Amino acid sequence: MARELPIGEYVSDGVDFLLDHAQGLFDGIAAGIEFVSGNLTDLLQATPIWAVFAVLAGLGLWRVGWRFALFVLVALYVILGMDLWEQTMDTLGLVLAATLVALGIGLPSGVAMAKSDIVAAVVRPVLDFMQTLPAFVYLIPAVLFFGLGEVPGTIATVIFSMPPAVRLMNLGIRHVPVENVEAGRAFGCNGAQLLFKVELPLAMPSIMAGVNQTIMLALSMVVIASMIGAGGLGNTVLTGIQRLDVGLGFEGGLGVVILAIILDRLTQSFGSRSTADSPLSRLKSLFSRGSEESSKG
Amino acid sequence: MDSKLAVQGVYKVFGGDPREALERIKRGEDKDTIFAETGLTVGVADASFSVEEGEVFVVMGLSGSGKSTMVRMLNRLIEPSAGSITLNGRDITRMSRKELIAVRRRSISMVFQSFALMPHQTVLQNTAFGLNVSGMKREEREKRAMEALDAVGLKANADSYPDELSGGMKQRVGLARALATDPEILLMDEAFSALDPLIRTEMQDELLRLQSEQARTVVFITHDLDEAMRVGDRIAIMEGGRVVQIGTPDEIVRAPANDYVRSFFRGVDVSHVFTAGDIARRDQLTVVERSGMRLRAALSRLDQSGRQVAVVNDRARVLQGVVTVDSIAQQLESSVGGKDGDIESAFIDDPPILASTPLTDIMTRVAESPWPVPVVDDEGHYVGAISRATLLLTLDRQDPEASEEEASHGA
Repeated sequence: MARELPIGEYVSDGVDFLLDHAQGLFDGIAAGIEFVSGNLTDLLQATPIWAVFAVLAGLGLWRVGWRFALFVLVALYVILGMDLWEQTMDTLGLVLAATLVALGIGLPSGVAMAKSDIVAAVVRPVLDFMQTLPAFVYLIPAVLFFGLGEVPGTIATVIFSMPPAVRLMNLGIRHVPVENVEAGRAFGCNGAQLLFKVELPLAMPSIMAGVNQTIMLALSMVVIASMIGAGGLGNTVLTGIQRLDVGLGFEGGLGVVILAIILDRLTQSFGSRSTADSPLSRLKSLFSRGSEESSKG
Repeated sequence: MDSKLAVQGVYKVFGGDPREALERIKRGEDKDTIFAETGLTVGVADASFSVEEGEVFVVMGLSGSGKSTMVRMLNRLIEPSAGSITLNGRDITRMSRKELIAVRRRSISMVFQSFALMPHQTVLQNTAFGLNVSGMKREEREKRAMEALDAVGLKANADSYPDELSGGMKQRVGLARALATDPEILLMDEAFSALDPLIRTEMQDELLRLQSEQARTVVFITHDLDEAMRVGDRIAIMEGGRVVQIGTPDEIVRAPANDYVRSFFRGVDVSHVFTAGDIARRDQLTVVERSGMRLRAALSRLDQSGRQVAVVNDRARVLQGVVTVDSIAQQLESSVGGKDGDIESAFIDDPPILASTPLTDIMTRVAESPWPVPVVDDEGHYVGAISRATLLLTLDRQDPEASEEEASHGA
């Protein structure tokens, strides 16, 4: 019996059409993504382990506090001890690449949404789609367009993790107090000055919350992305599931959680107002009130 | 061309095509009818006024009267729907975007009710904001910002962040930011309304002090009559988008244009608007022309008028002194054999009040004096006298029509 609305057929027809006629476009996108994520992953793999320890712990000490820095050292040692270092760096590379691409597209889109109600009306349902459509549904076309491997994994992750960056950028700019915007205009800001000298700085906490959410969503996507060959910790988890190996699955999961905590605390710290402090004064206050610093991982 | 800033027939209609609303306004329909029938909101209707160089021009009205819309049209934060606004003879409403930005950077700056400081910048950076936007080199702009901060007494806080300052200090920064660009016109939109009363008075004094050092052209928006009276050289009162009266503070207090204007004065302290000369009355004291008047004659004059006190003037109405029944009687008693003397001998020590003294400063004096206190002008001419009753009546000044209304409602 013919259905009245064969939407599924339309979609697969559309995908076929794109496959036949727009392969060049997809190859271009794939090359771009490959470049970003490939280089990032290579870089992370090539970085000596001690340097990763030092950089992450150093950032933790500067932005959050000594207790968090200690946590970072212990957590990274755990990953090393589980012999998951390579997978973790793969995942970190994937997450960072996806985040970079998501922010590169998402933040300007958020600005456009904030500036134009029409753009906002068009983009909002697209975001709803991206956020709520079950990830498996777009894994299939992603494989069709880009094949298996890191690239479709990154793209699926980008789609899934971009919406909060767009939404929170839009929200942040729209919530800049009217009088601050008026002050900017009254003192003679042109459009770009208004954006960069008034709106973006005042929206910064909201923007950083968006960045943080994007990273978190990207991390939560890695397991699913590994099903199409994205590799990394997701692969470990997936292997654990396939072999019913609870221990292996848990190890992979623990790696994801550790990465999540480190990235979350670091990005959150950039959203707070203390960004105005210089690193030096930050360091000073660290020693003077080290006991008050809350850095519980 | 004489005026610094001239506003001619300016309208603002919000929501959709303003033409229909403009026509209806011209036909004399009011704001509410227009909104009900067309959905258009009339913000400002046919506003005209001019602001002279160096004066503080206050635009006063209740919320919804269009005063904030009015001030935002002066630098086109809100685009006027019709009319012209000329600054130094140039029509702001016809300027291109580029020219407008230049005017905002150089000629007109603004102080906001909620301060509108940038939280991520230091006090110094905030103060230099306008100069920064116009592309001035860092060193130069920070030097000028520092001067502006010095002028409002906040030099020491240059490196603080806004959230470390109190409300009054924040608005000083707002003021410094506006002054740093050395504008020709300063727009102040309810600039002190968010401050508590004590700080507000302090800021008003600060503004008056700055004006006394360097008189700028200021357009000051407020809903507070006391504030308008204190800082304003002239006041425009807005009601429902229209300017209903323009005048100096005492012109408006003495001859309010309508009930709306009058309603502002209910419960308002008029003591710093009126001066002693305004309320001094001629019929309070017996007047004695001095020449040749002897004590006994003066006494009989007082007896006839049934009063206790008389002022003594010379022929040119210059006040010579004050005598009372008691002081004359005492003088007569103490003189040898009850001999009649000159009236000067009975003068009591009761210096007159200058006519230009504000009421605030004479209250104690009048309240403590057992008789009406004489008032003289700058040349010493007798103007009249103020009794306790007169003073109380003035301070308790109620709109007579309103009291009648209330009385008839009560009946």
